[in-house]
Amino acid sequence: MDVRAQISMMFHLDKCIGCHTCSVACKNIWTDREGTEYMWWNNVETKPGTGYPTKWEDQEKYKGGWQPKGKTIKLKVADKASTFANIFHQPHLPTIDDYYEPWTYKYSDLFDAKAGDDQPTARPVSLITGKNIDINAGPNWDDDLSGSSVYAKNDPNLTEDEKQALFEIERLTMFYLPRICNHCLNPACVASCPSGALYKRGDDGIVLLDQNTCRAWRFCISGCPYKKTYYNWKTGKSEKCILCFPRLETGQAPACFHSCVGRIRYLGVLLYDADKIEATASAPENELVELQREMILDPHDPEVIAGAEKSGVHFSMVEAAQKSPVYKFVKKWKLALPLHPEFRTLPMLFYIPPLLPVLGRMEDGVYNVDSDEYFTSLDKARLPMRYMASLFTAGNEEQVRLVLEKLLTVRTYKRAEEVGDMDSDKLKAMFEKTGLTPELCEEIYRLTSLPTFEDRFVIPPMHREYVAELTMDDPYTFKAEIGFGGFKGRIERGT
Amino acid sequence: MYDQFWFAVFPYVCLIIAIVGSAWRYANDRFSYSSLSSQFLESRQLFWGSVAWHYGLLGVLAVHFVGFLIPESILWWNTVPMRLYLMETTGFILALLTLMGLIMLIVRRMSKSRIRAVTSPMDMVLLTVLLVQVATGVWTAIFYRWGSSWYAAFAVPYLWSVLQFKPDVSLVNHLPTVVHIHILNAFLMVLLIPFTRLVHFLVVPIPYAWRPHQVVRWNRREDSPGPLEVEKT
Ligand code: SF4
Ligand code: SF4
Repeated sequence: MDVRAQISMMFHLDKCIGCHTCSVACKNIWTDREGTEYMWWNNVETKPGTGYPTKWEDQEKYKGGWQPKGKTIKLKVADKASTFANIFHQPHLPTIDDYYEPWTYKYSDLFDAKAGDDQPTARPVSLITGKNIDINAGPNWDDDLSGSSVYAKNDPNLTEDEKQALFEIERLTMFYLPRICNHCLNPACVASCPSGALYKRGDDGIVLLDQNTCRAWRFCISGCPYKKTYYNWKTGKSEKCILCFPRLETGQAPACFHSCVGRIRYLGVLLYDADKIEATASAPENELVELQREMILDPHDPEVIAGAEKSGVHFSMVEAAQKSPVYKFVKKWKLALPLHPEFRTLPMLFYIPPLLPVLGRMEDGVYNVDSDEYFTSLDKARLPMRYMASLFTAGNEEQVRLVLEKLLTVRTYKRAEEVGDMDSDKLKAMFEKTGLTPELCEEIYRLTSLPTFEDRFVIPPMHREYVAELTMDDPYTFKAEIGFGGFKGRIERGT
Repeated sequence: MYDQFWFAVFPYVCLIIAIVGSAWRYANDRFSYSSLSSQFLESRQLFWGSVAWHYGLLGVLAVHFVGFLIPESILWWNTVPMRLYLMETTGFILALLTLMGLIMLIVRRMSKSRIRAVTSPMDMVLLTVLLVQVATGVWTAIFYRWGSSWYAAFAVPYLWSVLQFKPDVSLVNHLPTVVHIHILNAFLMVLLIPFTRLVHFLVVPIPYAWRPHQVVRWNRREDSPGPLEVEKT
């Protein structure tokens, strides 16, 4: 057992209102520079939909993540030999047109236009070339367009039949999928970088990209199946979400978490067994979710605590893990699932799938909702269970169903308590089926609906003081510099 | 005097500036070490240009390098006409591939507005120098026979004399002007390394061949690779 700590995340999709505050908070801090205008380290997409970059989930096109090879796995984008062979032109690299060409408006035209019969307009101009452009894609181009046959219909998760069925008027629905880097346990971005510029921080699991080591070989862009490494066309370096580590190191939640209006985001430490990474990532598809859960260790187990001490995990990390809300959602209640586990990067951002409104039907001019049969109503859900399974469990419908049944049970329980119009036998049957109890339901309800800031974000002390001591003889030598021996030299594009 | 300066002094100036400059840039401005790929902005034309250019160039350089290491064997190989033709044709095809690739890259860089947005003056200088180098190489291959034998008989001993700090100008000063340009421009190219994106060839990621896939950096314990070491091809 090699115990390691990972700062992990959980997003509750039923609570996301699609306001994009998170994206803007991130952009304002990290990606408002030239070359990064098109990057959205945090983005929110509408599902069903094609997402950003367009159809990113289609790995036939983008070649992200890992694929099985014999008993183990290999990178989809390239093995080492073909990495060298294709280094002069990376055959699978997306181009800016798969995202969108960033633009601004020529506002000066509004002031400088000659007097005339028409209102002057501010024309869009490209932020790359400065030329006039027609805008035909944007960072969230299919926002709220769930019924669209141009966008939603091209969602790679839908089968042909579902594409037809989804456009029945009663079925029209959508939910929001906020995405950031998953800070994976088996990151394909790290594995595919020939320079070794990407790395996982051993102490907290944050995946970073060393700007001084990146040489623009651009394999990470394809390697990441979530398309969460981006190429800065201006500096000639790749960049990615840093989980706001400077904020975390000072005890603040990442900007997207902090600003989340729907309060859908939770952050906390998970302890896991690093010895199991390879076996788990190579498991058969329908076992991926369960095995990933098994890697996560119980932070109260004395054996785990001893193991953590042995592998140098600071005890404050273990303490944080014991209070982690993510641990409860993922491991204790088994409510949160990884996004696209079949990419085999072992993502450490988990999602509670949305319990969309139950499907009703027009019958004799009356809109009927079959509320009696709560569990069976899941089969008539607006989005087929298969669709959810293709997003969150690599196609294992049972696993998603169980999660949604649990969510329904909590709601039924609360309704029985608050309104009192629920059949108690039915509730008992639900408890039996899902393994929940009234106490658990109450706990889930509280952490879902009434959590405070401190409940949602349990940030461990990051112990920068040790690092300072360990990595330098005399910290005061760096007194006049940026940080402790911080970034040396210019940060400008080379010639 | 003229020959002395260009063939006995200039090469050292270039080499020294290249070595000191690259080291200085690596130490003080490492962020700027990058291949500065523009594939993200334009991919299709880059494929034809970059692949032809790099593979052609690697071939040409490899042939030069072999000749540099074992010039006698080249001369011996060339004693049989058939073998000589084979050698010359191979060199010529590689040079042509390089030239075509380079021209495509230049056209792309000048015609695509997105690529112009990421083009620095030094890029244009570099492309010009490269074009001169390849053009004089091709010229030599076509009009002066037989380049390979000459190279082995004169240029290689000259290069060795430079490397041994006893530059022997007499080995090259009688060669045609085009060949002179080819030699001097090569040193100019070396000189340009620290000032252009050429630095990227100094940081070709060879260690990837044996590195484990996952990279983990620790604050509080020794750096160690992740457990996943699949596919160590
Ligand atoms: S989500 Fe992508 S960028 Fe983030 S760690 Fe995983 S593979 Fe790397
Ligand atoms: S800020 Fe929160 S609620 Fe708003 S879109 Fe982002 S994740 Fe959803």
